[in-house]
Amino acid sequence: MRKGLAALPVLAALAAPAAASEIGDRERGAALFDECAGCHEVGPGAQDATGPHLNRVFGRRAGSVEGYDYSEGLARMGADGLVWTLETLDAYLENPRALVSRTRMNFAGFDDPQDRADVLAYLRGFSDNPRDIPEAEPTARREIYTVPPEILALNGDSEYGEYLSAECRTCHQASGGYDGIPSITQWPVEHFVVAMHAYKARVRPHPVMQMIAGRLGDEEIAALAAYFATLEE
Amino acid sequence: MSWSRRAFLGATAAIVAAPATIGQARPRVVVIGGGAGGATAARYLARDGKGALDVTLVEPNATYHTCFFSNLYVGGFRDYDSLGHGYERLVSAHGVRLVADRAAGVDRDARVVATAGGEKLPYDHLVVSPGIDFVEGSVPGWSLADAEAMPHAYKGGEQVRLLRAKVEALPEGGVFAMVAPPNPYRCPPGPYERISMIAHLLKQRNPTAKILLIDPKDKYSKQALFEEGWQKHYPGMITRIGPDFGGANVEVRPAAMEVVVDGQVEKVDAATIIPAQRAGDIAAMAGLTNDAGWAPIDPGNMRSRMDPAITVLGDAAQQGDMPKSAFAANSQAKVAANAIRGELTGSRVFPAKYSNTCWSLIATEDGVKVGAAYEPTPEKIASVDSFISQTGEDARLRKATFEESLGWYAGITADMFG
Repeated sequence: MRKGLAALPVLAALAAPAAASEIGDRERGAALFDECAGCHEVGPGAQDATGPHLNRVFGRRAGSVEGYDYSEGLARMGADGLVWTLETLDAYLENPRALVSRTRMNFAGFDDPQDRADVLAYLRGFSDNPRDIPEAEPTARREIYTVPPEILALNGDSEYGEYLSAECRTCHQASGGYDGIPSITQWPVEHFVVAMHAYKARVRPHPVMQMIAGRLGDEEIAALAAYFATLEE
Repeated sequence: MSWSRRAFLGATAAIVAAPATIGQARPRVVVIGGGAGGATAARYLARDGKGALDVTLVEPNATYHTCFFSNLYVGGFRDYDSLGHGYERLVSAHGVRLVADRAAGVDRDARVVATAGGEKLPYDHLVVSPGIDFVEGSVPGWSLADAEAMPHAYKGGEQVRLLRAKVEALPEGGVFAMVAPPNPYRCPPGPYERISMIAHLLKQRNPTAKILLIDPKDKYSKQALFEEGWQKHYPGMITRIGPDFGGANVEVRPAAMEVVVDGQVEKVDAATIIPAQRAGDIAAMAGLTNDAGWAPIDPGNMRSRMDPAITVLGDAAQQGDMPKSAFAANSQAKVAANAIRGELTGSRVFPAKYSNTCWSLIATEDGVKVGAAYEPTPEKIASVDSFISQTGEDARLRKATFEESLGWYAGITADMFG
């Protein structure tokens, strides 16, 4: 039920550079990529298919493959500044809709952090060779902070959520109307919670949402999620 | 008013037995002013109160034309009618009583608001959200009587139409002047967005026209972003005269259509004058303002420092770090509504959280924004986090920011009037 919640990796705001680990097993990743290959091509001659090709995806601005018709949600995140890095790709592969609302990528996500690490190690082989580009993305991950399951399982105080929601309603119409700012009405609790923690950790771009989420505590995020999930107006 | 809401927790029939409300059906809240502060407060008090509160909104205009986004009308990005909103839903869906009149006075001892038409409106709690009025004489030579010749256009409505008509009627290669206000004033980036929108209109209709911006301030909101945008979109069109070149020493002659800057007479073809500002008249008439002309409030709940039975919202309030904006007034109204409802009905009261974002449009699809989050301290509402658009951002981000501002307009007007 709580699928996809257990381990959203988000960079700890003040994480000291701790023990680094190699990001994954490319061979195993190649096998796991079979789950993706129905829609995405990667490697020499790869072209856009149902999804965009994945060559040089590391370091690329989201929604920026020339000629590919992206979902509105992904185009928005790209315009807001989402760049595909080890961290953001990891979050996306874990739960696509929690990172990018209304993405067309119809994939439930890889629950196992090791699976994601292996797939990313495989994809990384088709991005520019890090040995030649000093500023390229790292090949090993820093220690990451994981939103603990007990926080993600909090039962929100819906009445408190209703009060807190007043701040959201200035921009997000309670009716679910969508005029340039996405609707958050009846957003599933788990997506809401993970998305807000992703803003808080600055994995999701967008300065307004990073600021709003940045001062919400775990209980407050849970309260808002509980309220909006059942809102009918 | 020292009684605690705790006294009511768990009560049922006794829930309205507040000292001020003995012997009447429901606690009465009167709201003066149907803008971003007042309309939001009335809506949240009535809607969340679910009938427990008797809410009356006093607003003379049947249709409210927002001052926010009026610059986009000036620039040709928005219909005038799209800025107009009625109060029908507040009445029909939420049970607010609308008194279509101007508040003329407040008897704080008797707790009664008098309207210009002579109606008396008793209250248990009063919300005052009158916006701004102008400081007479702050721009020598200009008074409200000159607003036809040189519009202020800083309260929305017909004045904004007049401003646009004057820009459209500017002779070929003519000069349009603006006198910008000193701090503090409504909508800090507003005068500069207005310059951008006038330039946008002129660029298409009258590209050899010039704009003269006379500004008493050293620096202003989003300055680097506006300067970059003006250079990019309207090169050579806009000249700003800051205080170092006499921008703080200005006099205007509306009949002769002259602007005198530091003793030097400039003949112009049209002008808009944005004077120094103070809290809307009714705040001073009710004795809620200080020497600076603004109404000091308690940062935790927007309660007047002068009278705990009164809340002051929005531009009229002196609260600390928040700008005078519709977004801020709407944010304050929701914190205040929660606190008022708690006091009058015993409902749960939650901690204050305030926020603000101000979007500005520089040219077609070139939007920028600035914003902050705020929390109360004992002295003031203090900024705890902030952000601002950066110079050199790519066109996609600027377009997304503009589209986001349209979403915000739809959102906040639904939150006020829906």
